Amino acid sequence: MSDSPVEKTPIIKLEGLSIVLSDQLIIKDASFSIDHGDFIYIIGENGSGKTTLVRAILGLIPIKSGKITVCKKHALIGYLPQESNLDPNFPATVEEIVSTGNLGKMRLRPFYKSAEKSATKNAMKLLRIDSLAKKKFVNLSGGQKQKTLLARALTSSPDILILDEPSNNLDAVSRKDIYHALETLSEQGQTILLITHDPERLNLKHSKTIEIKDKVTHVYA
Amino acid sequence: MLNLLTEIFSYDFLTRAFLAGALISIVAALVGVTLVLKKSAMIGDGLSHTALSAFTIATALGFAPLWFSLPVVIITSFVILKLSTNRKFRGDAWIAVLAAGSLAIGTLTASLTTGINVDFTSFLFGSILAVSTQEIILSLIVAIVCILLYLFSFNRIFAITFDEEFARSIGIKTNLYSAIFSIICSVIIVLGMRLLGTLLISSLLIFPTLTAMQLSRTFRGVVFSSVIISLLAFAIGFVLSYALNAPTGASIVVVNLIFLLFAFISHQLLHKT
Repeated sequence: MSDSPVEKTPIIKLEGLSIVLSDQLIIKDASFSIDHGDFIYIIGENGSGKTTLVRAILGLIPIKSGKITVCKKHALIGYLPQESNLDPNFPATVEEIVSTGNLGKMRLRPFYKSAEKSATKNAMKLLRIDSLAKKKFVNLSGGQKQKTLLARALTSSPDILILDEPSNNLDAVSRKDIYHALETLSEQGQTILLITHDPERLNLKHSKTIEIKDKVTHVYA
Repeated sequence: MLNLLTEIFSYDFLTRAFLAGALISIVAALVGVTLVLKKSAMIGDGLSHTALSAFTIATALGFAPLWFSLPVVIITSFVILKLSTNRKFRGDAWIAVLAAGSLAIGTLTASLTTGINVDFTSFLFGSILAVSTQEIILSLIVAIVCILLYLFSFNRIFAITFDEEFARSIGIKTNLYSAIFSIICSVIIVLGMRLLGTLLISSLLIFPTLTAMQLSRTFRGVVFSSVIISLLAFAIGFVLSYALNAPTGASIVVVNLIFLLFAFISHQLLHKT
């Protein structure tokens, strides 16, 4: 979705990053870079710190030591958190939710213009949920909800798309749709960071794997 | 009916109370949508009990109750905000502690100083006689601020209410919005408490949103209907309280309750068919 050409220049660099939460060391001395066009898997056992690591990259939690450098000025990050955090009965339509992805690039402008409206439409089309635009979030299936949230992340035209276990609890069709969309995006040069605990099943072309084991990150090309 | 309305608005104090109440109803409905949907509706309860304590202490010490309680309630709302975002604490339990603690302190202060007198009961159950011009001006200011905030930040407020973490990740200043909401909520609790009383003010934040959620499927629809329902319930409750010589706060809450029950039953019936 990003307009940037596909080249191996870093967007974000992590150097000696350590994260401590509730007096517990979660990530120790992590160093790697996320380059333009990368498709990175972040793998590790449940509770290994995968989500904590991306939350630190997103600036949602403080870091203990080290450095996160955002190399591109005003880099936009599209984020798909784990769905379980959201209120499934929230009164909102698919279109309302997907549109909010645009807000990051609108600075202080209050209303959506035609560019944002078409970004919303395109994202919904890519994930095959355009027919659900006016449907209420509460009436969607798990897969449709997840696609809605992914479409929201895409509308931000992100430099990096960060996805936290997007296929959790999904049926086979929805999972296939989501991974098909990711493959298409990756081929278009979109930088993607995908948290998964089940990389073998995905079978997607990816450029890098970051494994978190015993608080330490291991990077495999 | 027209005669009744003419009679009500021929009294200055009733006109003042109606104006202040209508403005507070609009703001409470707007802020209430976010509080209810973020599952933080109990904040209103906690703050109203703190406001009662502050009002009582101010009366006992001879301070102006409004100007003493406003900063106290605003500071308390920031404390609640901090506690509710800290994973180590259970925010809801702390709100209950704050509510009970404040009410106890307020009651003790009242009984040890001026006694449980008219002032104290009017703080508990509200009194339309208590609304001053100063409070109408403050209600007008907070209503203008709140309406402008919703007009120009509607999409951002929606994003924060639906998914605060995502909103923060795309650069929306969620902490700033939370702070503004805390201040607005504190001001309407303090102002509304004069009219509805400690025991009923938080209902103004909750009922209209719950009713609106039965009627609308979009966030925009819920916000809009919530304001209309809140205003309508206030106006009907206010006129009824005058006509029946009943307490204003309780009348408004009962009308809100009837609206909610009617909307809930209609929603259930429509979804069954």
